[in-house]
Amino acid sequence: MHTQPNVLQVDNLNIAAKSSRGALPLVRNVNLELKPGKVLGLIGESGSGKTVTSMALMQLLDQRAMQVQGSIQLNGQELNGLAPKAMRNIRGKEIGFIMQNPMNAFTPVYTIGNQFVETIRTHTGLGKKQAVELAIASLESMNLEEPAKLMKKYPFQLSGGMLQRVMIAISMSLRPAVVIADEPTTALDVTNQLQVLKELDRLRTECGTAILLISHDLGVISQLADEVAVMRRGEIVEQAEVCDLFDRPQHEYTKKLLQARPMFSGNEALSRLVI
Amino acid sequence: MARIRTALKGKWPFAICSGILVVFFLVSILAPWIAPNDPIQVNLALKLMPPSLEYPLGTDQLGRCNLSRLLFGARVSLGFATLIFVASLGIGLVVGTLAGYRGGWIDTLLMRFCDGVMAFPNLVLVLGIVGLLGPGLWQVVVALMMVQWVYYARMIRGMVVSMKEQNFITAARISGSSNWKIIRRHLVPNVLPPIMVMGTLEMGWAIMDISALSFLGLGIQPPTPEWGAMIHEGTSFMRSNPELMLYPGLMILFVVISFNVIGESLSEQFGVKRRY
Amino acid sequence: MSLLEVKDITHSYGASHSFWRKQDVKPVLSGVSLSIEEGTCLGLLGSSGAGKSTLGKVILGLEKPQQGQVIFQGQDVYAMDAKSRQQMRRNLQVVFQDSYSSVNPRLTAEKIIAEPLENYEKLSAGEQNRAIASLLEQVGLSSSDMKKYPREFSGGQLQRINIARALALKPKMIVLDESVSSLDMVTQTTILNLLQDLKTMHGLSYLFITHDIRAAYSISDTMAIMDNGQIAGVFHDKDEVFTSQQPAVKSLVDAMLPEHPRYRNAAAPKEAKKLFSR
Repeated sequence: MHTQPNVLQVDNLNIAAKSSRGALPLVRNVNLELKPGKVLGLIGESGSGKTVTSMALMQLLDQRAMQVQGSIQLNGQELNGLAPKAMRNIRGKEIGFIMQNPMNAFTPVYTIGNQFVETIRTHTGLGKKQAVELAIASLESMNLEEPAKLMKKYPFQLSGGMLQRVMIAISMSLRPAVVIADEPTTALDVTNQLQVLKELDRLRTECGTAILLISHDLGVISQLADEVAVMRRGEIVEQAEVCDLFDRPQHEYTKKLLQARPMFSGNEALSRLVI
Repeated sequence: MARIRTALKGKWPFAICSGILVVFFLVSILAPWIAPNDPIQVNLALKLMPPSLEYPLGTDQLGRCNLSRLLFGARVSLGFATLIFVASLGIGLVVGTLAGYRGGWIDTLLMRFCDGVMAFPNLVLVLGIVGLLGPGLWQVVVALMMVQWVYYARMIRGMVVSMKEQNFITAARISGSSNWKIIRRHLVPNVLPPIMVMGTLEMGWAIMDISALSFLGLGIQPPTPEWGAMIHEGTSFMRSNPELMLYPGLMILFVVISFNVIGESLSEQFGVKRRY
Repeated sequence: MSLLEVKDITHSYGASHSFWRKQDVKPVLSGVSLSIEEGTCLGLLGSSGAGKSTLGKVILGLEKPQQGQVIFQGQDVYAMDAKSRQQMRRNLQVVFQDSYSSVNPRLTAEKIIAEPLENYEKLSAGEQNRAIASLLEQVGLSSSDMKKYPREFSGGQLQRINIARALALKPKMIVLDESVSSLDMVTQTTILNLLQDLKTMHGLSYLFITHDIRAAYSISDTMAIMDNGQIAGVFHDKDEVFTSQQPAVKSLVDAMLPEHPRYRNAAAPKEAKKLFSR
């Protein structure tokens, strides 16, 4: 089997917070690999270091407060320590970010269309008209109704689910190599969660994007991930292909996580059926 | 309070400025005992003398001891500034809480009144009130108080309105607490810290307002010593004896800067603490 | 007689507050009726905007509905005088979704839990101390946590303190308004187990409001689904939720995320129902 080169290669990532008492380690010896078109799920409790890791990958941590050591390679290019200007070009275009609360991702005083077009034009050389066309096409591909009308709306007029899909549309239009989705469904209503995850799925099948899916919800991981890394207190305690992880968990903590989900206890037949 | 002090232990600006203010407050309280001479004792034979053992900072144009006048002046400036702050905060707290908690027509009425007062430029209003009441220290204090409380009332009302929708207020109601208990135990303690921080900055302004009005001849009536009035009296001797203006000017400078620095440190402290 | 009976509640926002303009407002609740028996848990499901939280507020006596009645322990909640309502509060408590905003950040855990006790019971300092220590232990914390402030606790621990406060007066019923929704998976399960244990130990009734079917299933005896301000279905047999053809119920069930990766494709729901209806 032809092994594809890793889109994102993280080796020996160590993140520590600088404080008056010395460096407090937040993340230790993290190794991650993302292949094109694959989804790596990163699961852990709150405080396990998932968000800090994703921020480090995007080089969004404050250098004065945090110390990031290790190698973060995107298609062979080293990101850790890269000049801010060069990193700015990469963020958005090569690495997309879908954050937890879509309402916070958009500026409330500009329309969706305005922000969408601005993002496109920052990263590509497209003229205004072409950018608008691309935006509308992306929104349409997300199954959002009346995209032209949507462009004129302000963020507060849309629901969380719709905003999240708009964020994915923005990502799709730029065709990044990697997308980091940090708890993309946690702030959403339950009826929207599945839909958003399905759109993320399309992102990887249609654009070949690699996705780092961060969540504390096993259902989200079940739905989308190909491989899973389990994070606990800043370290990766187990990493496996998703079905293997669910069927044959190795680490104690993984077992505890899997047992934690309120299952349909007592009803063996029901627990198999209800997906 | 103790928690704040320990938390900011490493920060020297806060420590120094607190020290300065503590010294000033102590001085103003102990002035009658530590002043070398009587501040209002006139002795024309000794006028405009340079510093000496008996008169550590020299004398002014009427032969009065400069140092003693500065020390007694501190009582007026600091003392009355504190009084204005406490009184206007108190009124503002009552009005703001009432308006914010009750809402409805009381809220509208009180807030429109505040709007009316705030529409006037501060100093114009103060001068107007002093003009009505006549010059004098107490009149100045009353005028400044009447102008200041509306700002507190508005801020507090805004905070109360947003706070009363919070879950912990509802939870308190479900726990059976009366309105009064909710205000006393939950609203006021959460409203006060940021207001107190604002207040330290306001103290600086209050001192300068008192001094400015005294400088204009409206506040302190001679011979009572007060820093602003001393500056005013010193203007005639600007060339020959600039220290008459310099000493009180420096006093005001130190005190106001100290209050400002403390206010900023505290606001940083509280700003950070609000993060959950 | 049921512990709680909700009869035909209709309510909308805006109409009662607008003085300057008359708005045509869509009702948040229309004709909602349900009942909860003593010692049972009713799981109230629905997507956001369905009206669940508003119903919770109406039941707690915080918001008078435009039409309908709330009968708790045989008495109409909104027909009572203030004193009786005060007494009623002893038996009807609440735990909200956001644990941090549910507590006064300037009070210690001890003072937070003490509040209901101070309002209703005349306990000596020692008795109150013991009562609070006992409550903390019941919820899985220790008496050494009494003097700590909310910021020193995690979300899950703070929610336990909220539960301890709700238990302080030994109520008959607790409204759990999305009480575990803000917590991560592992903490959710521990809190749900705690709630289950407390229910058995004290014979409590719960109104468990949530949008998460699995959480509701694990703790409820009866499930009710709300959609657009109305009750779309009440299921005394929990399993029937999964086979119901009601569109509102179906959309909630279909939106469930898989338990295991092998169930992730869209075709599976139909398979499930086929296998189930033998």
